[in-house]
Amino acid sequence: MSTDAAVAEHHDGHPDPVRTRKVAMWVFLGSECLFFGTLISTFLLFRTRTGDGPTAVEIFDIPFTSASSFILLMSSLTMVLAHHSAERSDWRRSRIWLVATALLGTVFLAGQVFEFTEFVHNGLTITTSPFGTAFFVLTSFHGLHVAIGVIMLLGTAGISYAGRIRPNEGMNVEAVGLYWHFVDIVWIVIFTVVYLMQV
Amino acid sequence: MSATTHEARGLWAWVTTTDHKKIGILYGGSAIVFFIVGGVEALIIRLQLAVPEGAVVSADAYNQLFTMHATTMVFLVLMPAAAAFTNYFLPLLIGARDVAFPRLNALSYWIFFFGGLFLTMSFFLGGAPDGGWTGYAPLAQQVTETVRMDYWSLGLQILGVASVMASINFITTVFVMRAPGMTLMQMPVFAWMAFVVAFLLLFSLPIVAVGLFQVYLDRNLGTLFFDAFGGGDPILWQHLFWLFGHPEVYVLILPAMGIVSEVLPTFSRKPLFGRAFVIFSGIAIGFMGFGVWAHHMFTAGLGPVAEATFAITTMFIAVPTGVKIFNWLGTIWGGSIRFATPMLFSLGFIAMFVIGGLSGVTHSIVPADTQQHDTYYVVAHFHYVLFGGAVLGLFAGLYYWWPKITGRLLDERIGKWNFWMMFVGFNMTFGPMHFLGLNGMPRRTYTYPRGLGFEFWNLIATVGAFLIALSVAIFLWNAIRTRTKGEIAGADPWDGRTLEWATSSPTPVYNFAEIPHIETEDAWWHAKYTEDDEGHAVARPIQPDPDLAPTTDIHLPSPSYYPALAAFGMFLIILGLVYLPLGLVLSGAGVGVTLWGLFGWSLEPLTKESPDAGHPSPEETTEESDGSEESGDEGAEDGEGDEGDAQTDGEAGNEAGDDGDEQTDEDAEDAEDDKGDEGDKQTDEGAESAGDEDEDEDDGGES
Amino acid sequence: MTRRLRLLVLLVLLVGVSLLVSCSGPDRAELHQVVDISMPQNSLEPAGPEARRIDGLWQLVFWIAVGVFVLVQGALLFAMFRFRERKGERRSIKQLHGNTKLEIGWTLVPAMILAVIAVPTVSAIFEMRSPPGDEENVLHIEVTGHQWWWEFHYPEYGFTTAGEMHIPAGRPVWLTMTSADVIHSFWVPPLNGKRDVVPGRTSHLRIEADEPGVYLGQCAEFCGLAHADMRQRVFAHTAADFEAWAAAQARPADLPTEGPALAGWETFKIVCASCHAIDGTEAVAELAPNLTHFASRTSFGGASISNTREHLRQWLRNPSSLKPMTPELNDVSSGRILGMPSFGLTEQQLDELVAFLEGLE
Repeated sequence: MSTDAAVAEHHDGHPDPVRTRKVAMWVFLGSECLFFGTLISTFLLFRTRTGDGPTAVEIFDIPFTSASSFILLMSSLTMVLAHHSAERSDWRRSRIWLVATALLGTVFLAGQVFEFTEFVHNGLTITTSPFGTAFFVLTSFHGLHVAIGVIMLLGTAGISYAGRIRPNEGMNVEAVGLYWHFVDIVWIVIFTVVYLMQV
Repeated sequence: MSATTHEARGLWAWVTTTDHKKIGILYGGSAIVFFIVGGVEALIIRLQLAVPEGAVVSADAYNQLFTMHATTMVFLVLMPAAAAFTNYFLPLLIGARDVAFPRLNALSYWIFFFGGLFLTMSFFLGGAPDGGWTGYAPLAQQVTETVRMDYWSLGLQILGVASVMASINFITTVFVMRAPGMTLMQMPVFAWMAFVVAFLLLFSLPIVAVGLFQVYLDRNLGTLFFDAFGGGDPILWQHLFWLFGHPEVYVLILPAMGIVSEVLPTFSRKPLFGRAFVIFSGIAIGFMGFGVWAHHMFTAGLGPVAEATFAITTMFIAVPTGVKIFNWLGTIWGGSIRFATPMLFSLGFIAMFVIGGLSGVTHSIVPADTQQHDTYYVVAHFHYVLFGGAVLGLFAGLYYWWPKITGRLLDERIGKWNFWMMFVGFNMTFGPMHFLGLNGMPRRTYTYPRGLGFEFWNLIATVGAFLIALSVAIFLWNAIRTRTKGEIAGADPWDGRTLEWATSSPTPVYNFAEIPHIETEDAWWHAKYTEDDEGHAVARPIQPDPDLAPTTDIHLPSPSYYPALAAFGMFLIILGLVYLPLGLVLSGAGVGVTLWGLFGWSLEPLTKESPDAGHPSPEETTEESDGSEESGDEGAEDGEGDEGDAQTDGEAGNEAGDDGDEQTDEDAEDAEDDKGDEGDKQTDEGAESAGDEDEDEDDGGES
Repeated sequence: MTRRLRLLVLLVLLVGVSLLVSCSGPDRAELHQVVDISMPQNSLEPAGPEARRIDGLWQLVFWIAVGVFVLVQGALLFAMFRFRERKGERRSIKQLHGNTKLEIGWTLVPAMILAVIAVPTVSAIFEMRSPPGDEENVLHIEVTGHQWWWEFHYPEYGFTTAGEMHIPAGRPVWLTMTSADVIHSFWVPPLNGKRDVVPGRTSHLRIEADEPGVYLGQCAEFCGLAHADMRQRVFAHTAADFEAWAAAQARPADLPTEGPALAGWETFKIVCASCHAIDGTEAVAELAPNLTHFASRTSFGGASISNTREHLRQWLRNPSSLKPMTPELNDVSSGRILGMPSFGLTEQQLDELVAFLEGLE
């Protein structure tokens, strides 16, 4: 019991913040699974309802999207390296990998913007058909998540660089990494379901 | 030595608070205000329907009133009321000082606050939502000239954001902040139910969030999700809504069940009967809650296979509910029942919830449901569940925990008036609605003609509604009167069983002078009593003293205005989105304000330390942090058995060379010896003890 | 009569309330006059085989529920009385934590009761949803929900009517239903449960009345402003009467040849024909109720207003005064019709139009 008292005293009602944030991020990603699950279900419901507009086969440029998907996958690798460096307290290198991850994410986003522009030119807009509606809304929400991820990555790197607070506080590398990997995995699902599983 | 706080005063203290208790009170106060708003809406509805051909309000106003009555009661009364109790008592019940993320908690509240304001404001800005709280497509998309349903979709959206944040917070709190020794199964049942509710919200809200985005996009950008003539599907909305909506029902009722499960044992002087069964039935209800949504759509034409499937799942969700009721009966059976007001409300809860549950089973008879669906029978059913159940349960909690919150007891005599008035009024209002529905009166109708046989019961229902209003007025009077005249409660006025009664009333800002160590459920009761050979309760000769003054300097989260600021930014964003395209300017400003709030937040340490402990230079910070953080990691990694990393980390820790390291190891080992503890948790405690030398910096880590 | 007495007592309680609500106009009761039978919309007084089958299931589950209710509330009251704490007496209570056998018992018993209810429920679901067989002599009616009125088309006879459905008694009727705008729900409680009508989809419902008579219903899915005024009347006739009615309805309208009615027809063509149809004439629009045999109906305005000359005049003068509508939001191009506008007709035009409509037997 004496040790317990000591534990209580040291514990002081505040648990380890790193672990706490990790748990919270996992819980949050559980919620996100349902969010994307719903968007993907909606898309599956509507994917053949193309009305007078172009169909999936007509509009998708699979090689291009494969390339941008590859870039996003690579960003998961750089994220792993960023986390690895952070674990070894190599903050400088960790920052470099964080920025690299953010850059790859930005390239992916640029690809998405280009792709959207192409689709609109080819007659598929958000109001053309339920297919267009569901496609744009699903991929836009994913893009929004990537964009938020890029901001988080740059924010983490920036705060670490400025040294205002310790790098592992605020948004620590591991929690951001969890989020980033999740967004990548979601893209793999979207890429498979939306682009590759055409009727 | 007293707790370290940086208290602001007055209103500002409430705006900037990060104390879970104050945030709980804010939630509770808001819930009471909105309860009055929603109640007034209900009274106008009842006045309109008191006699046939009522002309108190127009059809247009009536449609707004019933939509807002439901929206208000569900999202702005029952949910925040449950959030109030969860906020205030979850940390107390599990022996913690606060929730896992105090500032995120404040953000949740302020987003909720602005969401409620946003919805209510709509009455004065071109009309409130008028498509029913279920917002069925394509009616909700039909008239885009008015912004009513935009207020609805965006308002619910932002309330959902607040709830998801709060859920993440509560779940994390339960996982990482239980008092040393407390296993999950030893958590009090209210904490358990709040935990289940958090999961329900976590998994159901994203579904309706997508649906609400779709509603908004259909209305404002011309997308085709629910446009039947453009190829979309209005039934999709019903699926998305009820996939959220049915778990939501359990979100509303489970906290009340948790409260009742705390109140009944206390006032029967007996432990909860079949504790594990009560907990597991709560979990079962949570799981099954996701498998019954389509019973709200039995008239929509799902096809006989789906209808039969959902009929059966619906029937069987009654089983865990029944288990709970029988266990409550088992709890009071053989006890020594004290009919204090909280107990009256709890017993009333059981009696009324049984009726609501039984009428719920009649809905699972699909052919019979095609007669009952969308009639006053359904209105009666869900009011027996949500008023007879949730509201009575929440009032039980209010009377039960009021002394812990305020330090004074509510008046028992007035309380009994309150209960009986509410009980009688409730049954007068909603009992007759069963008959009205079966006699053919559809819900959501602003009037009814003479001669259909609806006159008598409608008049009774209106009288009952005013009795309920009177009972609420009695409660308010009780609350105001006892602020100054109420009996001083003391730490443990009810001879309670759980940890919240182990600290003084009102709860001190630091909750517990010393974090208790837990070895059993009902820990506080076991500190006061023991059982003789036959299992009878025997008071211990030395009673514990709950009023310990803190012996150490307790660090508590500092106030921060950033959460409220960020929430205000979000309010501006959604307000702008209502009025496209010009509103985008306002939304843009809102994004700026939100980012300002979040940026300031991320740079602000959670606990401000006294000025002399100012931040060292950046290089120093980095190096020092490496050491202590890594030693922290070591503890965690050990627990997970990741040896390779632990080796490296250990070295890093030794480089830093602070005593904290040895401490960690010792603590971890000691804790491992301690049976009944979970491996994960102990290592964390060890880890924490290592890091706590730079308390301010460690604690600053909340994101 | 005791009801009346109780009502009086309550009225005393409710003086203030009554004062507030009694300010409705004196003619409202007459306006919304329903057919004078007691509880005509009652689901507990089934008048056909479908509704009777539902009622049977309801009775089964109701009495089981009553049994459970009495047991549970009885146990609760007994425990409250038996185990109450008496003043000054402090018993030492046995700390009973649970009993696994009991738990298993009260898990299984309700499950078994529910299984008993499930069997007839599932069989009823499948049977009541099955389409009619060829050997059944069913009458087909196509139902379309509009804001806020019902359209009934008789494909076998080729005519269309609104608000009032006529069926032969003792013969099954198979409804094929859809919606022109938002979701509505077709419900005539004495004949069957309700069924939603969804735009872009078709749904079906079987109804049958045992005896000739009038059966009332109303839309049961919230469909906007005048949801409460979207009603329907079902008239069941003997086979011969029904055929006679159908034959009369199938005839084109008799157009007036002289007098104010003719002038009314001219006005109709200019003002009303953009939305209303009259079979056999150039008025063919289908956005509003078909008025071919308007005068044969007992009601109009979504079967919510009794068809009298006074009401008709007032309706033509200012429709929104009798039924809440928002014609200002009508968008004919997109098919969004939310009510009949007020056309600012002169008194003479009103008289002529009423004369014309009253001639549409």
